[in-house]
This record gives sequence, structure tokens and C-alpha cells, in this order.
Amino acid sequence: MIDQTMLQPPTLPTNYTVKQGHIKTSTGKTIRTEEMIINMGPQHPSTHGVLRLEIVVDGEIIVDCIPHIGYLHRCFEKHCEHMTNYQMVIPYADRMDYCSAMTNEWAFALAAERLLKIEVPERVEYIRVIMAELQRIASHLIAVGTYGIDSGAFTPFLYTFIDREKILDLFEMTCGARLLYNYIWIGGLSHDLPPKFIEQAKDFVEYFRPRLKMLNDLLSYNEIFVKRTANVGVLPKDVAINYAVSGPQLRGSGVNWDLRRDDPYSIYHKLEWEPQVGKGEMGTVGDCWDRHIVRMHEMEQCLNIIEQALAGLPEGNVKAAIPKRIRPEKDAEIYVRTESSRGELGFYIVSDGTASPFRVKARGPAFVNLSVLPEIAKGAMIADLVLIAGSIDIVLGEVDR
Amino acid sequence: MEIIQKLFANELIVSILLSLLPLVFIIAYALVVLYTEMKVAAHIQDRVAYMRTGWHGLLQPIADMLKLLQKEDIIPDKADKLLFRLAPIIAFVGTYAAYAVLPFSSIYIGSNINLGAFFLVAVGSLVVVGILMAGWASNNKWSLFGGVRSAAQMISYEIPTAIAIIIVVMITGSLNLQDVTKFQDGGIGNWVVFGGPSPWLQKLMLMPFTIITFFILFVSSIAEVNRTPFDLPEAESELVQGFNTEYSGMRFAMFYLSEYANLFTVSAVGIALFLGGWSSPFGTFMSGPVWGIFWFVAKAYIFVLVQIWVRWTLPRLRVDQLMYVSWKVLTPWLFVCLLSVGLILVL
Amino acid sequence: MTAQDIFDILKVKFSDALTEKKFDTVQPWVRIAPNKTKEICFFLRDDSAMQFDYLSCLSGMDYNNGTFGVVYHLTSIVHKHKIVLKTFCTKDNMHIQSVSAVWGTANWHEREAFDLYGIIFDEHPDLRRLLMPDDWEGHPLRKDYKVQEFYHGMKVPS
Repeated sequence: MIDQTMLQPPTLPTNYTVKQGHIKTSTGKTIRTEEMIINMGPQHPSTHGVLRLEIVVDGEIIVDCIPHIGYLHRCFEKHCEHMTNYQMVIPYADRMDYCSAMTNEWAFALAAERLLKIEVPERVEYIRVIMAELQRIASHLIAVGTYGIDSGAFTPFLYTFIDREKILDLFEMTCGARLLYNYIWIGGLSHDLPPKFIEQAKDFVEYFRPRLKMLNDLLSYNEIFVKRTANVGVLPKDVAINYAVSGPQLRGSGVNWDLRRDDPYSIYHKLEWEPQVGKGEMGTVGDCWDRHIVRMHEMEQCLNIIEQALAGLPEGNVKAAIPKRIRPEKDAEIYVRTESSRGELGFYIVSDGTASPFRVKARGPAFVNLSVLPEIAKGAMIADLVLIAGSIDIVLGEVDR
Repeated sequence: MEIIQKLFANELIVSILLSLLPLVFIIAYALVVLYTEMKVAAHIQDRVAYMRTGWHGLLQPIADMLKLLQKEDIIPDKADKLLFRLAPIIAFVGTYAAYAVLPFSSIYIGSNINLGAFFLVAVGSLVVVGILMAGWASNNKWSLFGGVRSAAQMISYEIPTAIAIIIVVMITGSLNLQDVTKFQDGGIGNWVVFGGPSPWLQKLMLMPFTIITFFILFVSSIAEVNRTPFDLPEAESELVQGFNTEYSGMRFAMFYLSEYANLFTVSAVGIALFLGGWSSPFGTFMSGPVWGIFWFVAKAYIFVLVQIWVRWTLPRLRVDQLMYVSWKVLTPWLFVCLLSVGLILVL
Repeated sequence: MTAQDIFDILKVKFSDALTEKKFDTVQPWVRIAPNKTKEICFFLRDDSAMQFDYLSCLSGMDYNNGTFGVVYHLTSIVHKHKIVLKTFCTKDNMHIQSVSAVWGTANWHEREAFDLYGIIFDEHPDLRRLLMPDDWEGHPLRKDYKVQEFYHGMKVPS
């Protein structure tokens, strides 16, 4: 028997009172007005998953916006504490940000390696960079494509998925999986690259450059799209930093901060690339268009990185010598942060000397980026809210963990 | 007409039959446009769409229709049941009434009234009532938003449409759509969009204004049928499906059908006013009552194709931008055209 | 600036609030008193030599011996230095001062820690559960957590 209280409509947090007012019509009558509370989600097409936004609107203008999350909470952190091996966490880390699984597993593997003080072979670092950057392109392609849908243009979405498909094919030939790879292991990789991978990756880079330009022409510089996104959802620099926003969203606000350069890990310091920063080309710095264009430019930088990494790929082993059962020292702890597709993905691992982690805290970029939404949504219209939420590029798997 | 009259020899039956003719046409036409839309959209997006049902999925629209007809008819518990049932009917009636004055051919027009053009604008407003009703009766906040947006949008865009019609009426001198079409008979050069069959100099002077007017009519016609970039009332990513979120089965099909019927209506108005209606673009070549139907439908079809193309290419405008376009761009430009055309005609 | 320098500066200002430090690990940390977090964090954020404007991560902890804690990982975007702060509380007194006034991002992190550990953050503007439903019983990430058997009449799988 299901409790009837479950079926009651949700209520606002108690500290909000719906304001009422009166307006006079032209005929002299007085009409009572009231703010309206609308639930956007959890089953709404443009909340990108099961995010529920409780919005208070005055007509079409948003007065207040309260996000409710947790619909996809799968106890990632509790699960980690019950794993009997650090290696077993990696498939779970995949499932956090399912659009960008490669960077997730890398982040966890890196954290575990630093905890154990393992050095991985150089070939592994190169392959990891190639995979992570391919993954970043794939993830940004989803972000850009769904952003097109949010703004009403359906066609770019399918174009981006055609391109993403090619990346997934590359992943599939490498590790057999297309979405959740379990490819980057602690101390190495599950497989070496297949024979034709380098050729095909190079082909993809060749193929993708003109496609990026086409996508820009089709969507980014479309007059209506610019009108819709420029000067909308402006996230000022100081607010962005105060809310610890990261990734393309932080760079869209004009902060030149990329962990691949500012807290270097792996071989990024050996490669030539530039973090992309929003410049307010079409409106204000930090508006939705800036966040969008940062992603577009970043994909181009990813291609540069992949090209260099492919050219410099050394021969060697793909597995470091690691103990069969990983037991870090007692009370060892580490917080490792990496630049995932969405921003700073950090793992805080505390060990108690056994084979299972004592505590794993995942600091998801989407979770933190989403927390700034109420701040920038106020005063926007409902149609803008859709675009603001889209420009944050949340993946609910990571928000709720 | 006379043949049919002789066949039945009863005016009532004949008029019922004649008025049912467009219904058959709408359904057949909706199926064709549905198929075209899906295929064109698919090819724009680099995919293939229906391939399984029939040759290249030709039977899919029929299957879709059948599916819609046999689906469960769900009425929300807290909906206003009477209005909820009435809304799709009113929306469809509004669309269907417009077919009465569409000149399909030189011998077939439902009702050859002298106020044809204004009748179109008038019954077009009925659709707004239906949609607003649907939005309100669904008792769903998103639907209400869709309904209100739709009302605001359609009323705003009726102004440019009406002014564009006035400009044509000034040139042709008649509100009767049949007369307007006849005025343009005799080849592509006589179409109103190219200045109509007037003397050379006047034609050249009229041409820029008529072309602008035609373009504006095209834009506002997209807005009136709620298609991208003006599809705010049913904006999928914002309002789920707007006013028809709560509708299912037959009632949803009615909205769907009236949407496609409306699509044809606005195209038909556009071509009857500007592109010579049923008249052949090659003067006397391929012209006649039966060819008339062909030309009318074919021109409307091309018009619809352009609308489909636009729909699958552009993003959507925001509410305030939509209003801005109507009141601050289209309407002032039309007033400029109105004055200039009037001046040129007086000269 | 190294952790030692930061500690030295803090020591001068908040000598009684700094109770423990550990600098021989990979990431050195400083222990601060739970009722002084806000004050110290404001200083760390606003002092021109520190400028810890970016709170990377805030994690709740259960040390499985009746001690709970919160770990702050701070970064300065300007100076690019890092520091880890730790603060502890006991099971009988689960109160820690909130830092959500200092960094906006702490708001959700603290709500999460409240939700999963039951740590009460004083002066938090909106301390509600974040990931679990509002009427869930218990705090799941505690080491001694037992799953409730029924939730609104539905059996909870354990």
C-alpha cells in the first residue's frame, strides 16, 4: 500500500511566501494577481535528466528558482566504502558522468595512483590524454547539440551525434565499450591501442575540423541563436569564483583557469594548447553565448592536443607494476582534481590501511556548477531558464552521484 | 459543378457534398505533408526517416493516423471537461471554415463571397479561441502558458497579415479571392508579387514594395501556424508541448490535422494573393479549370516545403523578441509599403 | 606561499583556534576549531596575501570513533596555492559553523554533508536535505547507518 502523502503535490520550502498583488484594468476594475509556482521537471524535456526546478514566476519572468536534486542518487560514495578493492570503484566512477566516462575513471585512477605513489609508463599517459580529449570532444558535442534543441534548433543535435558516433567507434575498437569504458585502470590501461587506432584517430581529426566550422555557421553564429543567448544568464567573474564554478562555465565568465595548465597532471605541460576564455563577443562576458562558444573553441584545442599526442606516442608497456591488492598506508589521504569535460572533477580519498577505501568524496563539476543556477536565473524568462540550464551542461548522474 | 448538380438534382445534397470535398482533401493532403515533412526533415538532418512501412515508408503516415485514432482518449481528472472536449473541435472548425473561400480553381470555390479575404482573417481568429480554450481547460500550467502565448502571438501576427491583405486589395481592387486570382491570370509577370498586370513603370515602382509585403506575409504566416522559429505555443523544450500536452488520441489528432490544414490555408492565402493562385505561370499554356487545381495545390506545396525547410534550420525566438518582430519590425515596414503602394497607385 | 607560511600567519591571528597541523603529508592540513570556521575562512578569503577565493571541495567525514569532521580544500586562483583545513566535532555535539556566507558553493556542499552525515551547520541559510528525500530517516554515510525498513509503505531494499 503506497502512502497517500507520496501523491501530494510538492510544496515550496517553508521560507517562501507567494506574493500577491493587485492591478487595475483599463475599465477601472481591480484584479488580484498572484505569483505562480511551476515545477519544471523532473520529467521535463529540457532539464537534461531528472532535475526538478521549482520556479516562482510572475507572468513569464522568474522571481525565484529552487533546484531539487537527488532523483538519481545511487549512493556512489557509500558504494565505494563497500568495495573490496580500489580497482572496483572505477566502473562506478564511469557511471557518475556517463557522458564523459573516460575523464571520470582517469580522475579516480589518478587519485589512487597518487595515494599509492605509483608512476605510470609514459605510453599510458599519452594514451590517457588522447582518450580524455576524444571524450571531451564527445561530451562537448552532446552539450552543444542539446543546447541547440534547448534553443529550438533540432538539426545541429543530429549533426553532433553523427560526429560523436565516430568517436564512440574509436572507443569501441579500443576497449569494446561505447559509453562506460572501464578502460583506464589504476596503474595503467585495460588494453593497449588496437593496430589501426592511430590512423583512424588521425582521420577523425582531419574530418572533424571542417565539421566544427560548419557547426559554428549553423548554430553559434545564427542570428536568432545569438539573440537568444547573448546577454542572457550573465554569470559575473566574482560570482563564478565564489560559487567555485569550473570548466567551460568558469572560463566563459572570463576567468583563465584550466586545471590542465594550472594544476598540471599527466603530460599536458608538454603539449601546446591554449585554455579558451569567454570574451563577450556578442554581449556581456559570462553570458550563455560565451559558455557555448568556449565549448566550441575547446573542441578545436582538443584536436590540437590529440594531434600532438598521437605524433609523440612512445612505445612501451601499458601497465605499471602494482601490487595485486592495493593497500595504501593507514590514514593516507589525498584530494586529486582533474579537468573533466565539465570542470574540476575531484576525488578526496581517505584510506584506513585496508583494501577498501575508508571514504571517497566525489566533487562533481556539474553538481557545483548547478548550484549557481538560482543566482543567475532570477529575472530571466522561462525560455531563458531553459537556455541557462542548458549552458551549464549538467549531467544528472554526476549531480546526484 | 453543373454535372454534379444534374447528378443529384438536390441543392442541399450538392452543397453538403461540395463542402465535404475540402475535408477529403485536407486528410489526403495532411498525409502527404506529414510524409514530406518527415522525409525532408530527415534528409536535412542527414538521416533517412521511415523506411520500413511500404516503399520508403510511404504508408507510415497512414499507420500514424490509425494509431492516433485507436489510442486511448485521456481526459485529466481535474480538467474542465466540456471545454476540453470542445477545444479541438473549435480549432478545427476555425481552420476548416477558411476553406470556404479558397479558390482552388476557376470553377471551384466553396463560397464566392465578396469579403473573402477578410473572412479568412476573421475565421482564422477562431483557431486562437480553440487553442486558448485547450490551454485553459487542461488545467495544466504549462498548457496555460502555451495557450496564452499562442493567443498573444496569433493576435499580434494577424495585424501584419491583415495589412498585407489590404495592400493586395489596393492593387487588385477586390476582396473576393476569385477576382484577385483572375486579376493575376496570364503568366508569371502578372502576379501581384511582381507588381501585377499594370503598366511598365508602375510595375517597376510597385515591385520592391510588393516583394517586401510578400516576404512579411510569409513570415507572419509561419507565426500564425506556430511553426519554428515562432513555435512558442508548443515549444517542446520549454513548454513540453504547450496547449496540447494533455491531449491524446482522437483529440490530439484533431489538433494535429487542424495544424496541417492551417498550414495549407496560410500557404493558399499567400499564393492566391501574391503568386497568381490557380493561374498558370506560363500564360495560357497548361491552364484551365483542372490545371488550375494542379497549380494551386502545387504552389501551396512549394510554399509548405519552404516552411518545412525553415522549421528544421532555425532556432526559436523568445516571447519578447517575437512581439518585437511583429510590432516593431513587420508592422512599421508594412505601413511604409501601404503608403508607398497607395501613392504609386494614385500617381 | 607554502602551508607553513599560511599556518604562521594564521597562528598570529587565531592562535587559540588552531589546534593541530600535519605538514609531512602530500597535502598538508591545519585543524581549526568548529566554532571559528567562518571567521578564519573570511580571513583566508579576504587577506591579500592569501586570497583563497575558490573552495574546491568540502567533504563531511565520519572517523568511525564518534568523531565527525569536515574537510575544506581551498585554492587561490590568484596565487595558485592550496591549503586543507579540517575541523572536528563529536557525535553528541554535531555543530559546525557554516561557511556558506564566505563561499556560495559551500551552501550545497554543507547541505550534502548535513544530509549524509547529520552535521549541523550553524548559520546556514537553508539547511535542508539535498540528495535524500526530506522525510528520510538517518544519515546514510555514517558508518553505523542502518537502512530504514519501509519508506512510505514501500520496502527499502538493503
